[in-house]
Amino acid sequence: MKYMLMMHAPKEGWTTAGIGTWPPKDIQAHIQFMMDLNARLRAAGELVDAQGLAGPEEAKLVRARSDGTPDTDGPFAEAKEFLAGFWIVDVDSTARAYAIAAQASAAPGKGGVPLNMPIEVRQVMSAPPVDA
Amino acid sequence: MQRGGVEHLLRELAPHVLGAVVRRYGDFAASEDAVQEALLAAAMQWPREGMPDNPRAWLVHVAGRRMTDHVRSELARRQRETLLALWEAPAQEPAFGDDDFPGDPDDTLVLLFMCCHPALTTSSAIALTLRAVGGLTTAEIARAFLVPEATMAQRISRAKQTIRDSEVPFAMPDASERAARLDAVLHTLYLVFNEGYATSSGDVLKRADLSDEAIRLTREVHALLPRDGEVAGLLALMLLTDARRAARTGATGELIPLDQQDRRLWNRAFIDEGIALVSATLARGAVGAYSLQAAIAAVHDEAETADAADWPQILALYSVLLRLADNPMVALNHAIALAMVHGPAAGLERLDALARDKRIAGHHRLDAVRAHLLERAGERDRAIAHYLAAAAKTASVPERDYLIAQAARLGDDV
Repeated sequence: MKYMLMMHAPKEGWTTAGIGTWPPKDIQAHIQFMMDLNARLRAAGELVDAQGLAGPEEAKLVRARSDGTPDTDGPFAEAKEFLAGFWIVDVDSTARAYAIAAQASAAPGKGGVPLNMPIEVRQVMSAPPVDA
Repeated sequence: MQRGGVEHLLRELAPHVLGAVVRRYGDFAASEDAVQEALLAAAMQWPREGMPDNPRAWLVHVAGRRMTDHVRSELARRQRETLLALWEAPAQEPAFGDDDFPGDPDDTLVLLFMCCHPALTTSSAIALTLRAVGGLTTAEIARAFLVPEATMAQRISRAKQTIRDSEVPFAMPDASERAARLDAVLHTLYLVFNEGYATSSGDVLKRADLSDEAIRLTREVHALLPRDGEVAGLLALMLLTDARRAARTGATGELIPLDQQDRRLWNRAFIDEGIALVSATLARGAVGAYSLQAAIAAVHDEAETADAADWPQILALYSVLLRLADNPMVALNHAIALAMVHGPAAGLERLDALARDKRIAGHHRLDAVRAHLLERAGERDRAIAHYLAAAAKTASVPERDYLIAQAARLGDDV
């Protein structure tokens, strides 16, 4: 079963207390933690993909105009949180997906304190048989 | 020779070559890598340069050469580490000649027991089985399961490490363990079949190939254990289910339920073979979960139309199956059969009882079946609500589309 693990970061304080404001060694520890986590998932044969997303400052919402051309809106200052990155993992159980999410959530932040970021876990749809 | 023909032959030879190499060198993990390399070399060379006179001997020879290289480099590494290793060197040095290595028809079975060992997780047992016994390449397996090749390679190598750590010998399990271990093998083959059968979108051919592989491997197990009722039952179940493959999806990949399928598209040869297998099994008095499910599939496949299916017979078979294993999914199917024989009210009553079972409460199929029975009972609005509830919960795209279409159809019937 494949799951998408979405890491949401709080928008508030992103520029004043976000990762860019941490001491370099804390940033390094955070990045190392994520690299180690991904390496473990890869070694376990569970990692399908993992990506970090660029900051929310440039985030745009795009809708099609009537002629099909893109109409861009945003960024949205009022959003409470933003998607910072995601993993797609292929695991044997929902419990395992939750366990990975919990590990990611505990990534170290400023001063090495666990961030406890909310990780949204969603199953990726597939095609199991319908007839018994 | 055609590429498809070579591929087919390589897959058939894979477990026999691997069995011979493991017998000779003992190291399962390294032997498996060596055989995989030999298979890849053959897939490149044979279509271009022609088939060798003795394909199996060619593969064993090439794999053996790889093993010799592997053992040499291992020895060199160990000699660097300790002088003591020198004592082992002469004994470990394989003297490889052109002679064929002894094989054993049971190798396929021994390998299956190993690859489906309970110490492995389900997904790693499936991957290892497909590679070591099925002779598929890592890239093919990765494509079939829609994961990166590197991820699949890791999963396989991790599985081999687990086997090494648990010290499973390359031998038939003891008689005392055999039944439980065979269950694990059959379950793994069943899951491989389902993976392929579930396909209705994406890289259809590559995934449907998994069903063919599962059937091929189960056929081999059946040939080795012809008197085992559950092996025959599983093979029959696969054939009777796969027989409907062409009819179960429409032009755009949408699901077509059993009662609306064009039965002229069903594979008659598979149905006949499946029915013969399951009849012979049941006639011997062997009754297991796979044989019973095959018998139910046979009743469906025998009917000229969906309404003509012998539902009292299906209900009776589900009742036996339910006594054999307390499985909520079987109970759900039992409720459908109950409704077909005694009317929707009887089925709905059964569902109410089932909804208290924690293992299935909240499962989308409970809502889907309830919606179906409510529709039969003429309760349109409640049926729509349960079709939509089921659609919201399922993790299957075609199933969700099907359920939404059912709700929309009822909504239109005002």
